[in-house]
Amino acid sequence: MLRGLEKSWRGPAGPIQAVRGIDVSIARGETVALLGPNGAGKSTTIDMILGLVRPDGGSVSVLGRDPGVAVKEGLVGAMLQTGALIRNLTVRELVSMAAALYPRPLPVDDVIELVGLDEVASQRTQKLSGGETQRVRFAVALVGDPQLLILDEPTVAMDVEGRRAFWQAMRRLASEGRTLMFATHYLDEADANADRAVLLARGVVVADGPTTEIKGKVGTRTIRATLPGVGEAELGALDGVDSVLRHGEAITLVCSDSDRAIRQLLARHEEIRDIEITGAGLEDAFMRLVGDEEIGAGDGELAL
Amino acid sequence: MRQFAYTRFELKRTFRERRLFIFAFGFPLILYYLIAAPNRNVHNYNHSGIALPLYYMCGLASFGTMMAMMSAGFRIAGERQVGWTRQLRITPLSTRSYLRAKVLTAYVMAGCSLGLLYIAGATLGVSIPAGRWIEMTGLIAIGLLPFAALGIALGHLLTIDSTGPATGGIVSLLAFIGGTWFPVTGFLHTVGQYVPSYWLVQAAHIAVGGTGWGTRGWVVIVAWTAVLSAIAAYAFARDTGRV
Repeated sequence: MLRGLEKSWRGPAGPIQAVRGIDVSIARGETVALLGPNGAGKSTTIDMILGLVRPDGGSVSVLGRDPGVAVKEGLVGAMLQTGALIRNLTVRELVSMAAALYPRPLPVDDVIELVGLDEVASQRTQKLSGGETQRVRFAVALVGDPQLLILDEPTVAMDVEGRRAFWQAMRRLASEGRTLMFATHYLDEADANADRAVLLARGVVVADGPTTEIKGKVGTRTIRATLPGVGEAELGALDGVDSVLRHGEAITLVCSDSDRAIRQLLARHEEIRDIEITGAGLEDAFMRLVGDEEIGAGDGELAL
Repeated sequence: MRQFAYTRFELKRTFRERRLFIFAFGFPLILYYLIAAPNRNVHNYNHSGIALPLYYMCGLASFGTMMAMMSAGFRIAGERQVGWTRQLRITPLSTRSYLRAKVLTAYVMAGCSLGLLYIAGATLGVSIPAGRWIEMTGLIAIGLLPFAALGIALGHLLTIDSTGPATGGIVSLLAFIGGTWFPVTGFLHTVGQYVPSYWLVQAAHIAVGGTGWGTRGWVVIVAWTAVLSAIAAYAFARDTGRV
């Protein structure tokens, strides 16, 4: 639960407002994706939820408590964005050490198995690959059996297999009634794994809702079909069609009302074939809501 | 119970670091043998009536333990560097348990360093009455408190790149002023009485007939411990950001 959250950092050219009034309320058991380009305020928001950073304005409440209290009670687990592992412990020892800090930890071996680290459990942490390191960090976040699990860009450095295993574990955690929140650059991950997405840009929430609703917000669908011999002007004049693109015999119509457009198309052009109607992806929604120039400014790290 | 689990893993981790043995334990030992072994038959060093191997065992006992205590700073800076300190902050580990683990680990290191020097001294014929030996060790342990706080403070204030030079520089300076290498006189001696390393050396000199600390010694050690602990606590409290 975030209310009117604000945070500024001192920058070389005066204060930089990282977070400018964020209001978000998350119900228990929800899986929420926090999306946004670099500098949108994702990590700062997470730091405030975890009590690592004190907000300049507004308030944070975690499971009905002050963030510091929730952390002390072991109700919160988190995988922070920056982070490697301390050296000279084996994977099992490190996870055991983390477990020892919590009042009601999960069995260490179960956690190691869940995150897929069985094979490297006896290895020293400094010998692990990037993806394995991420999974150990996931295990550390998880072993305290938190009710709220926060992950800041969890799948960075994981390979395809690692990602698949990671999301599988996440779905299991979600099914156990935990509240999960993750920040990501990968929109397909948010689309596939979150009930809800919160889009941040320039420190404010630009969209908040189920991923399907956010995609719907963009309000466009695309009709693709094969239709020779009909001019772009004629297609563009159809009700519900916003724009037309033709490549040879293939046409692409971006529609504000695809239902009306397709009825007219079928009525007037019997020869139309290979029809495909698709909704906008989260990516389209993201581009539309955040603004293209904003993404361009994200120093190319945004994976769209 | 779980507070001690953290300390236990900290110790395990520390003692697995091989470089630590070379620098924290090996260096004072090598230095000791280099100075004392060729002069093992000097029984009246500098007309003090003290055998040279004993005199330098005391000097290096203060230097080695000081270095061992301050090594807490390197470990902390390293943990901050990889983001581990922030990770610990979002666990229920209390500040008290965290700092206790750091201090205990530093003391175990200092204890090892001291033990090794005692053994090295024995190999060169040094022998001290048991009473003095216990008194000296106890007083050194108390005299190390400010250095535990200083190490922790530096670890939380500096980056991994600057803790090395800072620790090395501070220890060398304090060792010099405190009279670790040779007795200081005049102005330096006056200044020296206000730094904790001087009293650490005085504690070690119990072995050579020193009288330990008077009131001034206790006041200096307690004052430094209080001030440096406050700085360490402040440094730890504000150190929540990304490094």
